[in-house]
Amino acid sequence: MKTVTLTLENPPELYLEGQNITPDNFAGKTAAELAAIDIWEGKLKSPLGKHFAVAGNGGATAADTKIVLRGDCTRVKRIGQQMTAGEIVIEGNADMYIGGWMKGGKIHVKGNVDSFCGIGMEGGELIVDGNAGHHLGSSPRGEWRGMQGGVIRVAGDAGNDTGTFINGGTIIIGGDADIHISTHGEGGTVIVKGNAKGRVGGQMVKGDIYVFGEIENPLPGFKLVGEVEQEVDGVKGRFAHHIGDLGERHPVSKGKTVYANLYTQI
Amino acid sequence: MSELLIKNGFVFDPLQGIKGDRMDIAIKDGKIVETNTLSSPSVIDAAGMTVMAGGVDVHSHVVGPKVNVGRLFRPEDKLFKSPFKTCNRMEMGFSVPSTFKTGYDYARMGYSFVNEAAMPPLHSPHVHEEIRDTPIIDNAAMPVFGNNWFTLEYLKNNEIENNAAYTAWLLRATRGFAIKVVNPGGTEAWGWGLNCDNIHDPVPYFDITPAKIITGLIETNEFLGLPHSVHLHCNNLGNPGNYTDTLDSLRLAEGYTPKNNFGRDQVMHITHVQFSSYGGDSWKNIDSQAKTIMDYVNSHDNITVDMGQVTLDETTTMTADGPFEHHLQSLNNLKWVNTDVALETAAGVVPYVYSPNVKVSTIQWAIGLEIALYSNDLMRTFITTDHPNAGPFTRYPRVIKWLMSRAARDETMKTFKWLNRTIESTTIDSIDRELTLYEIAQMTRAGPAKALGISNTYGGLAPGMDGNVAIYALNPENMPSNPDMIESAFSRCAYLVKDGIVAVKGGEIVAEPPKRTVWVDVKVPENAQVQRDIYEHFLRHYSVGVENYQLFDEHLHNPRVIEVDTTQ
Amino acid sequence: MAKKIENVGCPFCGVCCDDLVVTVSDDGKKILEVENACIIGSTVFHRAMEDRHALPRLRQPDGTYKEISYDEAIDYTAKVLQKAKKPLIYGFGSTNCEGMAAAAKVAEKAGAVIDNCASICHGSSFLAIFDNGYPSCTLGETKNRADVIVYWGANPAHAHPRHMSRYSIFPRGFFTGKGHKGRKIIVIDPRHTDTAQVADIHLQVKQGHDYDLFDAFRTVLRGHDIPDEVAGVKKEKIVEAVEILKKARFGTIFYGMGLCHSDGRNHNVDIAISLTRDLNDFTKWTIMAMRGHYNITGPGAVWSWQYGFPYCLDLTKRDIAHMNPGETSSVDLAMRDEVDAFINIGTDAAAHFPIEPVKHLRKHPWITIDPHPTMATEISDLHIPVGIVGVEVPGIVYRMDNVPIQYRKVIDAPDGVLNDEELFERIYQRLCELEAEDAAKTPAKTTPEGVRAGE
Repeated sequence: MKTVTLTLENPPELYLEGQNITPDNFAGKTAAELAAIDIWEGKLKSPLGKHFAVAGNGGATAADTKIVLRGDCTRVKRIGQQMTAGEIVIEGNADMYIGGWMKGGKIHVKGNVDSFCGIGMEGGELIVDGNAGHHLGSSPRGEWRGMQGGVIRVAGDAGNDTGTFINGGTIIIGGDADIHISTHGEGGTVIVKGNAKGRVGGQMVKGDIYVFGEIENPLPGFKLVGEVEQEVDGVKGRFAHHIGDLGERHPVSKGKTVYANLYTQI
Repeated sequence: MSELLIKNGFVFDPLQGIKGDRMDIAIKDGKIVETNTLSSPSVIDAAGMTVMAGGVDVHSHVVGPKVNVGRLFRPEDKLFKSPFKTCNRMEMGFSVPSTFKTGYDYARMGYSFVNEAAMPPLHSPHVHEEIRDTPIIDNAAMPVFGNNWFTLEYLKNNEIENNAAYTAWLLRATRGFAIKVVNPGGTEAWGWGLNCDNIHDPVPYFDITPAKIITGLIETNEFLGLPHSVHLHCNNLGNPGNYTDTLDSLRLAEGYTPKNNFGRDQVMHITHVQFSSYGGDSWKNIDSQAKTIMDYVNSHDNITVDMGQVTLDETTTMTADGPFEHHLQSLNNLKWVNTDVALETAAGVVPYVYSPNVKVSTIQWAIGLEIALYSNDLMRTFITTDHPNAGPFTRYPRVIKWLMSRAARDETMKTFKWLNRTIESTTIDSIDRELTLYEIAQMTRAGPAKALGISNTYGGLAPGMDGNVAIYALNPENMPSNPDMIESAFSRCAYLVKDGIVAVKGGEIVAEPPKRTVWVDVKVPENAQVQRDIYEHFLRHYSVGVENYQLFDEHLHNPRVIEVDTTQ
Repeated sequence: MAKKIENVGCPFCGVCCDDLVVTVSDDGKKILEVENACIIGSTVFHRAMEDRHALPRLRQPDGTYKEISYDEAIDYTAKVLQKAKKPLIYGFGSTNCEGMAAAAKVAEKAGAVIDNCASICHGSSFLAIFDNGYPSCTLGETKNRADVIVYWGANPAHAHPRHMSRYSIFPRGFFTGKGHKGRKIIVIDPRHTDTAQVADIHLQVKQGHDYDLFDAFRTVLRGHDIPDEVAGVKKEKIVEAVEILKKARFGTIFYGMGLCHSDGRNHNVDIAISLTRDLNDFTKWTIMAMRGHYNITGPGAVWSWQYGFPYCLDLTKRDIAHMNPGETSSVDLAMRDEVDAFINIGTDAAAHFPIEPVKHLRKHPWITIDPHPTMATEISDLHIPVGIVGVEVPGIVYRMDNVPIQYRKVIDAPDGVLNDEELFERIYQRLCELEAEDAAKTPAKTTPEGVRAGE
């Protein structure tokens, strides 16, 4: 695997849109060629090299390409958008849409990310050591086919609207989550290791949610049906099992109504 | 003024019976003229290419409130789907394109006239605002009448003359073009969450059946002698087994003959008939009754139809058939917009995915093609996708490919998950017919123009008509062996000349000549009762004043009036 | 001789009353009397001529304003737009659709973000509509058919004064001959508002917990049990209300800022839409947003047909529009320092935005286009006066139910004052000139700007 290191030396006045910073776009290009690819600041289109020092060449394929971002990327959006393979390491913070519509490969952010990270995700792995903003692993506006697959792992807290319209895949939040988890969900799993503020599983059709801590405001549409013992993300525990959202439609499979499951640790 | 000579093309003009003759077309000051009247024209060399009149679309949802809500509520229809800008304005949206994209894409396909399929009268200023922002193509818009309280009340009492006076008033108030009827009676019933199950099921509180609404509107239409006929979206559309309802509706036209001065021969146009040609009694055993329907249409020449061809895309359904959209939403559980329009109509909008992996979708695809392939008279059978209901209009070239090539149909069918079930439930696999360029010209220009009553201006290349000419890079003497080349040729015409101005060259927009709004102004005798009824309904039941309801002249853009005088 | 002008539309709220009668002086310059309008609407007309400027005013180094010509103002605006990397054009609650269309053309040419007041108002309704649709109707349907009316988080008695009398509670329609007597009214609001005073049932939902209450309504509607109390409302009350909803012949839920601006925002509206959809399995139900300004529905309509998005449009790429509220919404852009020029038109951002985004925006050029001096004009670099739509300028506006209403002009604008459409057309022309000047300076591009992507 070949590594390209991008060091942000000339930070933008506003924000940069770096949807071209993916192993797919970097593969097969030399450092000089990479310095010429487009990056946007508002309506201004510039070569990547105007803002970043580029070191190293891309690998032959996306899978053979690793991109390391150094410097303060707090104001860089869309890194790793639509990537299908390879690896990205962001040494510090990054802005919005990191790993948006990601299909494969791995992104590791060592700091915090802002909103809309991992939206429309289909596969791959997005790891955030710090906190994530809102709409983590959510669906893009209006799209009823939300997260399809892959894993999002955030060590810290997440904002609101995690996993809206989630259809598949797994989101793991190490800390607390704000309101709205798996709203409109039809599959997939969200695990919150801390507390959840409320509206957990609202309008949810199918899928699973685990909350290790407290839910400050549980919804009336979820009903306690029993207790289960389960291993969740490597941790064994007893959980209260609720089904819901009883206010929402639910499919019938083999004569039985399928509900969404909400497990809270006892 | 400007002169243009299109030389040596293979010309197809069914209105004049020209079948691919190599000839020149001359245009002067925006109109077709005899070639010998030009002095120093600019010349387009069309040698080895197909020349037709600009396309005429009989039925497409392109402007107005429900189209716009389809745009508004589907941001995902824009995500990663829009082409980069090549024109004056951005082009956004796939299944429900922006007004700019609509105009540009129709022009790229060689079209010059598009008839908006349903205008809620209360929203006519909105329709005309969008028409203003739809470049290049001329537009007309049909107000909906089939659930209008005035219409229901007049027709219940057999007051054809009063209904005609009201119709004339509404056409003027909305600057409308023709009488559109959508699920007659059923949409009014939807005001209470109900529907009319068949054409003899009476409308709640109004004491009239859909059948009587339809015949009453045919009588009204012929009483007035409008350019177009009644334009009907049948009751019970989209449901298995509905072909019997469709036949019942078709039979209502028996005994009526067209009365007009516009060269129209039909008294009823059945739109997107694919959606109304289903056998079986459930989604499990749905089958094609296209042949039954077309046998009837073939033997009754006072009927025209358009296809409503399913294109196997993810699209957005939208119709004034409110109960149907509610039903559709309960099938696919996707987001649902509904708007009931006071005293007049309703509308529903639901996204829909026609997939080659879904049996019903592929059966619908086959039924649409059968409609055209079983037609004995392609001057009465038109290409549409009921845009965007069965697919976006940008797929017309693909529909043409399927109609012109059995191999192309076979190629598509190979992708079907339920191929055998599709073949069992339809007759598509037994049809070898391949349509000719002349027949395509019938279905996309000459036929629709004649049915709309505008064939003196649009859809042909006779001297005196508008200088609208489409040139396609297809050589009829040497047609491409790969049917995909047919699709690409019709997608991006070599040239579109609109009103004598080259608007498209090499498939791209090069100019935006002014577009027109076509409407029908009917002069009727003073009718005090109808005037009083209008006053009363607006005073008591409408939510806007009658003076504000009628379109202000300043909101009508570049009008072309077709005048009808019933007082003579 | 004074002149009476009838069928005049009211340029105040989204009710868009179009039955006003305005008496004007013989010379067509003064408004003498306004009939049929509510007190707020009437005030809009009567104060139209107060405090007007006939010329644009440019801020001077000493902080004062100096009058300049329209040509100079247009040149200044075009240059600000051209120079900025990401200018923001925001407002449009109080102008006509013709002006909105012209402004969009400018935004597209300039590579700007264009947004409207929905961004801080009913924008969350749009988000809900994107996700869940909108089973609605026109207001005439409610008037003619409805026997149950719900106001949820809305207080029309104050915000939309004639809403209840024209469309919902009091009018007698075709199937509703008994008017108020034939209708049940449910009001759901944490406060006992003046609207709640006309209600048959008032549910005092715990502030910020509307979503929970909707979930309870839906759960009961599907025949399941709920806890004894949800969001501060007793189970019996919820069950009683659900029964009324189910037994309606035709109902409309009108909702307002109580849903859009409490915790969860769009989700409160989203689940209200789900409830409306569920109720249509039993009877006929519709839902409607109580839109604020008389033409705030307009930009959502115009920009949807032009670009496919109702608000928060990022047109900076010039070839493709992008919308994602939370990123491309005005307050977020300002808070994140993501824009570097601001045009405030047909609204008062200085008064309506929180103070922090105003401070951020103030770091950059700020141009206000408004008939009157406002809080925004007080802190602007440039104030361009325009005619008042609905008073001095005619045009199309969209009522809260998306019905277009054709507005009239009743008096003349002050001499020489442009309307919004004319102003933006001229800014557009100036931008084209500047672009041509630039193109003349730099050599021609070797490759075309756009490459057509395959579908």
